[in-house]
Formats: sequence, structure tokens, C-alpha cells
Amino acid sequence: MIQAIVFLPLLGALVAGLFGSAIGHRPAEIITTALLGVAALFSWIVFIPFWLGHPEPYSVEVMRWVVVGDLDLRWMLRVDTLTAIMLVVVTTVSSLVHLYSIGYMHDDPHRARFFAYLSLFTFAMLMLVTADNFLQMFFGWEGVGLASYLLIGFWYTKPSANAAAMKAFVVNRVGDFGFALGIFGTFYMLGTLGFDETFAALPAMEGATIPFLGANLDAITVLCLLLFMGAMGKSAQFLLHTWLPDAMEGPTPVSALIHAATMVTAGVFMVARLSPMFEMSETATLFVIYIGAITAFFAATVGLVQNDIKRVIAYSTCSQLGYMFVGLGVGAYSAGIFHLFTHAFFKALLFLGAGSVIHAMHHEQDMRNMGGIAKKIPITYWLMIVGTLALTGVGIPGTPLGFAGFFSKDAIIESAYAFGGWSGSFAFWSLVIAALFTSFYSWRLIHLTFHGKTRADHHTFDHAHESPNVMLVPLYVLAAGAVLSGVLFYGVFFEHAEHVAEFFGVSLVVDAHILEEAHHVPTWVKWSATAAMVVGFITAWYMYIRRPEAPKELAREHPGLYQFLLNKWYFDELYDAIFVKPARWIGNALWKGFDDWFVDQTIVEGLGRRVRQVTDQVTRLQSGYLYHYAFAMLIGVAALITWAIAAGGLLG
Amino acid sequence: MVLPYIFFYLFSAIVIASALMVIASRNPVHSVLFLILAFVNAAGIFMLAGAEFLALILIVVYVGAVAVLFLFVVMMLDVDFAEFRSGMLQYMPIGALIGIVLLLELLLVAGTAYLAPEGAGSGVLPIAGGIENTRALGQILYTRYIYLFQACGLVLLVAMIGAIVLTLRHKPGVKRQDIAKQVARGKSGLEIVKVESGKGL
Amino acid sequence: MVSEFAGFASLAPAYPELLLALGALVLLLMGVLAKKESAPWITGITIGLLIGVGVLIVAAPSEGVIFAGGYINDGFARFMKALVVAGSVFALILAVSNAEAHGLNKFEYPVLVVLATLGMFMMISANDLMNLYVGLELQSLALYVVAAFKRDSSKATEAGLKYFVLGALSSGMLLYGASLLYGFTGHTQLNEIAQAIALGDRNAGVIFGLVFVLAGLAFKISAVPFHMWTPDVYEGAPTPVTAFFASAPKVAAMALVIRVVFDAFEPIAQDWQQVVIFISIASMVLASFAAIGQKNLKRLLAYSSIGHVGFALVGLSAGSLVGVEGVAIYMAIYVAMTIGTFACILALRNEDGYVETIDDLAGLAQNRPFVAAMLAVFMFSLVGLPPLAGFFAKWQVFLAAVEAQLFILAVIGMLASAVSAFYYLRVVKVMYFDEPTQTFALPAIELRVVIALTGFLVITYYFTIGAPLSQWAHTAAGSLF
Repeated sequence: MIQAIVFLPLLGALVAGLFGSAIGHRPAEIITTALLGVAALFSWIVFIPFWLGHPEPYSVEVMRWVVVGDLDLRWMLRVDTLTAIMLVVVTTVSSLVHLYSIGYMHDDPHRARFFAYLSLFTFAMLMLVTADNFLQMFFGWEGVGLASYLLIGFWYTKPSANAAAMKAFVVNRVGDFGFALGIFGTFYMLGTLGFDETFAALPAMEGATIPFLGANLDAITVLCLLLFMGAMGKSAQFLLHTWLPDAMEGPTPVSALIHAATMVTAGVFMVARLSPMFEMSETATLFVIYIGAITAFFAATVGLVQNDIKRVIAYSTCSQLGYMFVGLGVGAYSAGIFHLFTHAFFKALLFLGAGSVIHAMHHEQDMRNMGGIAKKIPITYWLMIVGTLALTGVGIPGTPLGFAGFFSKDAIIESAYAFGGWSGSFAFWSLVIAALFTSFYSWRLIHLTFHGKTRADHHTFDHAHESPNVMLVPLYVLAAGAVLSGVLFYGVFFEHAEHVAEFFGVSLVVDAHILEEAHHVPTWVKWSATAAMVVGFITAWYMYIRRPEAPKELAREHPGLYQFLLNKWYFDELYDAIFVKPARWIGNALWKGFDDWFVDQTIVEGLGRRVRQVTDQVTRLQSGYLYHYAFAMLIGVAALITWAIAAGGLLG
Repeated sequence: MVLPYIFFYLFSAIVIASALMVIASRNPVHSVLFLILAFVNAAGIFMLAGAEFLALILIVVYVGAVAVLFLFVVMMLDVDFAEFRSGMLQYMPIGALIGIVLLLELLLVAGTAYLAPEGAGSGVLPIAGGIENTRALGQILYTRYIYLFQACGLVLLVAMIGAIVLTLRHKPGVKRQDIAKQVARGKSGLEIVKVESGKGL
Repeated sequence: MVSEFAGFASLAPAYPELLLALGALVLLLMGVLAKKESAPWITGITIGLLIGVGVLIVAAPSEGVIFAGGYINDGFARFMKALVVAGSVFALILAVSNAEAHGLNKFEYPVLVVLATLGMFMMISANDLMNLYVGLELQSLALYVVAAFKRDSSKATEAGLKYFVLGALSSGMLLYGASLLYGFTGHTQLNEIAQAIALGDRNAGVIFGLVFVLAGLAFKISAVPFHMWTPDVYEGAPTPVTAFFASAPKVAAMALVIRVVFDAFEPIAQDWQQVVIFISIASMVLASFAAIGQKNLKRLLAYSSIGHVGFALVGLSAGSLVGVEGVAIYMAIYVAMTIGTFACILALRNEDGYVETIDDLAGLAQNRPFVAAMLAVFMFSLVGLPPLAGFFAKWQVFLAAVEAQLFILAVIGMLASAVSAFYYLRVVKVMYFDEPTQTFALPAIELRVVIALTGFLVITYYFTIGAPLSQWAHTAAGSLF
């Protein structure tokens, strides 16, 4: 069954990719979508026993993969609770996105290729989550990176799409560099790449050091930080986040699948999977907390002022990923995974809903050119409202009433408070403020897009239409998830430590202490997020419904702050100045100076030219004049005699 | 017996001087005449060495035939030797340099003599007493050196073939005398025709 | 003086020469007395005669020193004579169907080829400076004439004249060297010269003689700096004649160089090796560079032959048995490659006549795939790419050089070889990658046979003739030591 889940998408990708042009677009769509549907069904079948009962984790060997010296790697499909959760998330969202894409991409001339990429991505993601060892995970890791690159640049005739694809690839390389070093380091220190073996060998690593530049660094900390660097790249965390907003150049279903629900959570998944390692290094977990909290706050602030509907959601994703890392960092791994799980549903819902809006507005993405279309596309409107309620975490603390985001987000915020200390407080306040901002920009999006008078041009507005059912059905499913996934799974993810531990078994470190603490935080803490949400909602209502001119005034009064936020804290410019320009300068220098001038012109062409010159000289000797020839012979004989006598030592 | 030495140096000096004049004189006819002078003096040296056959052959063949042929050719061809030589100055410096280098190196040779006097001379065939050198040459030319003699014949044959093949042309339309045809003509070639006056042929 | 002539049988070692001389005279008479259009069948008889001589050399070996020590026939001489005969035969075959166009449709041409071959035999068998010179002149004179054979072509006439004048100059140098040698050693016979040198000290006079003699011979093998005539003559002479020039005379002159340096100058090996190394490097380097600038195929092959002489001299520079063996193998392979290449060139005839420039070969692969493929094979072989014959030729001589500790020479040789790859491969590139501009007529049957035969030998060298040839070359070289 697990093999079927993993390989059905690959089969679909191969069929659509290799035979897409032969069998036509429609069969390619149907085949890939159907295979994904089957995979999703199987995933739930795999997951439900884990949810209800508690079967033992198991592994299925596909093949012996690499056998070199000490290294004996088998290609194993590992199934435990964590994997089962991810399987469900990945295949469900993926199959829904496939279905949705049939409608969204219906007039694209390269649909078969698109579906092949989507299925390829799904396969790689499944490889990642079923990985039994580092190498397999790295394979999946790079596979999703490749698919992401291909899909961002799907509309390859658009220069901005190509640039975005390249940017995503390059920024991810930075993270992957750390990830690869972490894997090497792990193998170097532990001599194994299998997860179980690694975890088994961890206790012996206590206090082990890695000598580096004369300093003895704590081995586990170094490894964890390196591995986390990979997670930062993949999950678009602060400093390596710049690629994610640009990745919105890809088709919207791609954004929903890859850049919201699945791939970007790979970093979260990886840290959760390696939770035994991270548990051993306090420095590393603190680093994770800080990065997560900063990202959550930073991305939320940038999201406040963005005008592109997809970019707002992208920064929201970035921010929510920060929440997840905080959850992981404070030791509430299950809370982080819980947020990953719920977030997948409501963020995919928001993205696909945004896609539906874009579809309705003829590929208009700028919210300044929208407004008042709630009446035109009521179903999409209500679904977006559901998604927003889930994202902002609407719910009544202390009761099982609330949308998905309410449970998971509050779980993280409470855990952060429970973690205590300076770091805990920092994380807590960052997240609460981020929640306020989240609420604000989410409602701002709703107001700008659906409410008020339209700013769209006449033609577009009149022709705005509801999406076809093939696009709406996935939205219904996701909306159901956005509403229910929190309340249904709160029990196993967060409610009681022993339930949580039982649910996850060995697949995740469950820190009963932090969970208990989180449940016993002061009441104001429990209400803080809700309060922040309400404040954000009211502010948004005031600024965009009550007094629509207020945002402009605000921007005018604080131009510096506004520009700072609008330009995403100037990170792109900063990186451009620090990395891109020097790199380009070095590249240019090497290209023009070294390769072009030195290698090509001086050595290669220069040599060629030198040969040419010598040839010309030699050819000119061949003048055709008899007396020149005779003279050359005489010179030759004189030279030979001189040479022979001199070399023979007979001079004098 | 100082006289042979005096003549030897006289002849030698004239050979070298006239050889120099061959290449130095402006008038090509003068060059050929100096060439003849050089030949004659070389014959004199042969004579001094007792090789009277070679001396006379040199005069007969080179002076009598080759040089005179040269003279005719030079006189018949309209070659502007002055122009020919005008480029020479251009190459003078390097030519002189090469010449001086060669000369200096040849002076090294002049200072040495036989490698091994005891080994030398064994390759020389002494002429039996009382035989003039024409006969002596003949005695070895057709026996010991028969191979070379025949080979030289072939060289001459090649030269002859070459001369013919490169120059002889059978032009159509050129009347040539064919004696055999003339002799075999007989009466048939003759016809007596009465020509009436005023009619023409 | 009593003749040493003791019966006809005592001349057995010289039977090939006698046969050639008589044959030449008979053929000449037949040609003169015959009615018109005697050239084709006289060419046929000549080919038969030469093949007969070749069979005589290979099958009925009779070795010895005769004619008062002036003539020697040993294993080395037989090997080289067999090569020379092969070269002459193929050169004549190449002229068969092209005689008219190249002005070779006169019976004198085969006769002159026979006489030239005779001269080469005499050179190869020369054991005396006099024999050496007479043989050389007989060969040269015949070659001067055939170079200018197409007498209505100004290029051919110019080629013949240049060859003649410069040849005369080189003969002068040779004679000057020979007279110095005779003066300083008192001998003209090669082995006696060696004895005289061995008895005495090293002496500038002998070195002078050595250098002048080598200079005269270097002209014949067209080694730098005595190569200047080669491109002009190769280009100007009719192509079948060029094929002849590039094959047989080179072998004979190379054999002569080897015999002179090993028989006469064995005691001063150091000195002649210096000279040979100098000539070898100069030839390899200059030819490699000069050939790059050539547009005319025949000029290109002229420089190619200069370069190959340089490579062959690498083997000679070693001054060892292995080296001479290498040179012998090299010359054999070189003859095969050269004949094959010229056969390819002669096979390419378009409506305007024969192909002359490299650019004319554009797109040949589409038009005449067989000829193009074989020409490519010959080019690769001339570069020295394994597993073609040219590789083994170079391998052997470089091996000898390395064994003799001549590392710098070997390295320069390899570099020159690398540079030379440029112009050989350019021909291949033009044939295979350029657009065809013209169509070519079907080549004559005998050309195709020659191309196929030489191509077969070049390609399958290692498996077919490689081993027996090496064995024979080993025996031949051994007779000099």
C-alpha cells in the first residue's frame, strides 16, 4: 500500500510527461488526478489506524540502494505516525490541487507538462516524508526543489518567472549546502545515515566535539545548526525567505500545493523528524525559536502592506512557518506538526480561493484593482472567509469551538509562553503581535478584494464569474478541513500529553512537561491571541470599510516605515548589494578577465594567433624566388656547420 | 725545383681571381670569358700534377664545348643582368656575414691535415711505371669502375631523353624533308600537262 | 689491370639493377620504334618489369659486396629497394588513367621512372662516395625531367627548373663534402672512411665533409632547411609525379643517409647525431606550422612530407638498432599512407578538372563517401592516431628516441605532432562538415583498388602486416650493425 502511495504519482508523472503529447491533455489530466486520488485514499487508509489505534511503525524495503564501505543504504519506505500525517497532508492537498488545476489551467497549452510536474513533485515529496535515512531524505529534498524550480518557471516565456525560479533554486542551494554538510557531518561523526541508527547512537555523542579552526565545537549543535540551515532554506525562514514571495510567479495551484501546504513545510518536517537530535542541543533549539519568532513577526509586518493578493498569502505562509518553528523550538513538536497539519488545509484553501478570484478577474492579481466582487463570486467569497477565519484563529478559548488555526496557533503561543525565560517571552510576544498583524492583513485582503466599491475596470468586473465546479469542489473539501481539522485532531496532537505520546509513539519527541505547562498558562495568555485577532479585525474594518482613506494617510504620515515594509525590509536590495552584485562582479571578472581575456584570448586564441603568426612568417619564407631558396640552403649549411663544430667542441 | 711551385701558385691565384670576376663583372660575356680563363688555369694545375689527360679533356670539353655554348646562350638570350644583380645589394650584408662565417670555419679546416697519414693513400691506385695516364685511366675505367662508367652512361642517356622530351615538338603543318620518300617517289610524282594558252590551270 | 669480372654469376647481387638498366633500354627502343600511342602498353610493361624486379629482390636474395667494394647489397638495401619499387609501381599505376590530363601520356615517362628507380637502387646500394653521387645524379636528373614533364604548363616548368637548379646546388654541396672527406681520409669507400676516422682524431675537416654531405642528402629527403623546393615542386608537378616524388625518392635518400652515417661516420656518431637532431627538429616544427597556412592540397602534403621526414629522423637521431628499425618501418608506412592519399586526390575529379585546394573538398563525404572516408583514414594515420599505421610508425621512432635519452627531441616531436593534427583534421572537417559545392566523377577502377589496398593496410596494420614488417625491418636494420 505504501509503495502504491509513493509510486502512483511517479507513474502519473511519467505517463503525463513522456506520453502527454501522444495521449493528449485531457487523458493526462485525468490519469494523474485519478492516480493522486487513489494515493490520497490509500494515505487516509494508512493514517486512520494511527489515529484511532496505535499500530507499530514499520518499514518497507524497496531496494538496496548504495553499498559502499561502511555505508549500506537501503531504499526503505518508513511509515510511522509522523509520516502518516504527512502522507495525508501531501496526497490530500495534492489530489485536490490536481483536480482544481483541471479547471484553473484549462486553457493552458502545456497542461500535460504541468500535471507531470505536479505529480513529479508529489512523488518527490512523498519520498521525502517516507525517508528512512538522510540520503533518501536528501533525494526527496532535492527532488521537490527541482519540481519547485520547474513549476515556478512553468510559464518560461515570462522573464520574471524564470528569474523567480532561478532565485528559488539559488537561495535553496544555500540552505542545501548546510543540509548536505549536516548530512556529511552526521555520517562523519556517527558512521551511519539511517535515522534509527542515528538516534540510537545519539546518547554516545553527548559532549562530542568537532574541531574547527582551532575551536572545539559541540558536535550535535553544529550538526543541528547545519541541518537547520537546510530547513531555513526550504521553509523560507528569516534570511533565506526571499525566494518564497517571488515564487508566486508560478501558477496559483503550484503556490497552493508547493509554497503553502507541502514543500515549504519540509523544513518543519525535517526538524520534527530529527527531534531527538535537536533535543540534545539547547543552542540549536534556541536558534530555532528565535528564527521562527523573527520570521513570524517579520513576514507578518511585510504582509501588512503588500498589494498582490498572492504575495500577501505568501508572506502569511512565511509567517505561519515561523509559528511552526517556534512550536518545534520550544519542544512542543506535536504543536508544530499540528499547525503544519491545519495550516495545510486553510492555506491551500486561501491560495486556491485566491486562484479562483484571479481566475474570475482574468488573471488580475493586484488587490488595488479589485473590490466589491463578493456578489459576483459568492461561493469563493464565503470560502475565503472560512479560510481567513481559520488563518486568524477564530475561536473561543477554553471551548472546542473554533476554526482549525485557532487550536494549533494557540497551542504554539501557549507553548511559547510555557517555555518561559527570556526566549519564551520574546517568542510569545512576537507571535501575539504577529497574530494581530495576521488578522489585520487577512481582513485587509478580504476587504480590498470583496468589499466596498470596485476598483476593477468595467469590463473585468462585468465579466467576473464564479469558477466551475471542478475548481470549487476542492475548495469545499479544504474548507471542511479548515473548519474541522483543528477540533478533530486537537486531542491527539496537543490535548493530553499521554495521548499525544501514545499517538506519535517513537516518531516524535513528546515533551510531556511543556505540554502540561502550556495547558496551565494564565488565562490572559490563552486570550491574548484571540484578543490580538479581534484588534486586528477591528483595525482592518476601520481602515478599509469605515475610512478607506485612512491607509493612504497613514502611509503618507510614515513614509519611511511604509516604504520599509513595502520593500520587505529591503532584504532583496541588501542581498543584491552583499551577495548578488559582488558575485556578479566576481563572475564578470572571472568571465571577462580570466576566461575571456586570459584563457580564451591569451591562451587559446593567443596560441592560435601565435601559431597563425608563425605560419605566416614561415609561409613568407616560401617566397617562390629561386635565389631565396638557394640562399636559405646556404644559410642552413652554414648554421649546421657552426652547430656541428660548436657542439663538437672543435672551435679553436 | 722551385718552378712548379711558382706555377702552381700562379695558376691558383688566377683561377681564384677569375672565378671572382665571373660573378663580379657587369658584362655577362666577360663573365663567360673569365670562366674560360679559370678553366684553362685549372687545366694548368692538372698539368702540373701530371694529369695531362684530364688537363686536355678539361680544355677540350669545358673550354671548347661547354663554355662556348654558354657564350652563345648568353649572347642570344636578352637577359638584363644589371637588373638581375640590382637586388644583390639588398642581400649583401647577410650574404657577407654568412660568407665570413663559412670562411672562418673553413680556416679551421685549413689548419688541419690528414686524419691518419698511415691510413691514407691505401685508396689510391698507383700507376704502374711507364704507362701514360691516359692508358692507366682506360685500364681501370672499364674494369674496376665499369659499374660507374655504365652508370654515367645512363646519366647521359637520361639527360638526352630529358632534353628531347622537354623540347622536341612535332608541329603539324611543318614541311620536313623526308629523304626516303623523295627517293621512292619515282615517276608517279611527275605529270606533264599541256596548258592551253589563256585558260590557266 | 685485371678485371674482377669473374663470370656473370658473380654479379648476382646487382641483378635487379642490371634488369632495370636493360629494361629501360629495351623499353626506350620499343617506344621509339613503335607507332603512335605506345605510352599505355609501355606503362603496362614497365609496371610488369618493376614488379618482376621487386619479386627478384624479395624472393631471390643475393647479398654481397661487388664492383671493387663500391656496391653493396645487404638486408637493409633489399628492404629499402622493395619499398622503392613499391613506390614506383604505385606511382605508375596512379598515372594510368590520368596520363592524358597530366601530360604524362608519353612513353618516356615510364622509362624515366625506371631510370629514376635504377638511380635509387644505386643510391641504396652505394658503398662508395662515387657510386653514391652517380646514383644520386641518375635519380635526380630523371626526376628533374619528370617534374617538368607537362612542359606546356608554366607551373610544371617552373617546378622542374627550380628543382634542377637547387638540386645542382645541393649536388655541389655534396661533392664539396665528398672531396673534403676524400682529402682528409684518403678514401671514398664508406667503410674505409670510417676506419680512417677511427684511426685519427676528430677533425674539423671531416666534420665539414660530414655536414656538407648530409646537407646534400638532406635536400633529397627535403629536410629543413633544404626543403624550400618541396612545396613549389609538389604543387607544380603533375599529381602522379608528385605522388612518385613523395614516396620512392624519399625512401632511397633516407636509406642513403642511414647508410652514410652508419657506415662512414660510425666513429663520430656524436657529431652526426647533433646534425640529424637539428634537422629533425627544424623539419618537424617548421612543417607543422607552415602547413597550417596552406590552401593547396599538394602544398599541404609537401609540408606533410617534410614533417614526416623530420619524424623519421627522430628515429635516426637515436643512432641505435631500434632507431634504424623505426625509420625503416616509418618509411614503409609513410609510403603506404602517401600513395593512398595521392590516390584519393587523383580520384577527385570534378567538371573543371582535378581538385587542387582544400576548399574543393567541401562536403565530399556526401558525394563520394568511400573516397572521403579513406582520405579521412589517411589523414588520421598521418596525424598518428591509434590504431592506424601512422601511430605505430611514430611510436617506434619516439620509442627509440626515448631509449636513447633524447627526451627533449621526443617531446618536441610530440608537440609538433599535436600541431600537425590541426591541418590534417581540417581536411577531415572540410570533407565532413562543410556544405558540398560541387559533384565529383566516379574514380577510375585502379585508383579505387589502390585506395582500398593502402587503406586496408593502414587500418589493419597492427593485425596484418605489422608483425612481418617489423620482423623484416629488424633484420634489415641488423645488417647495418
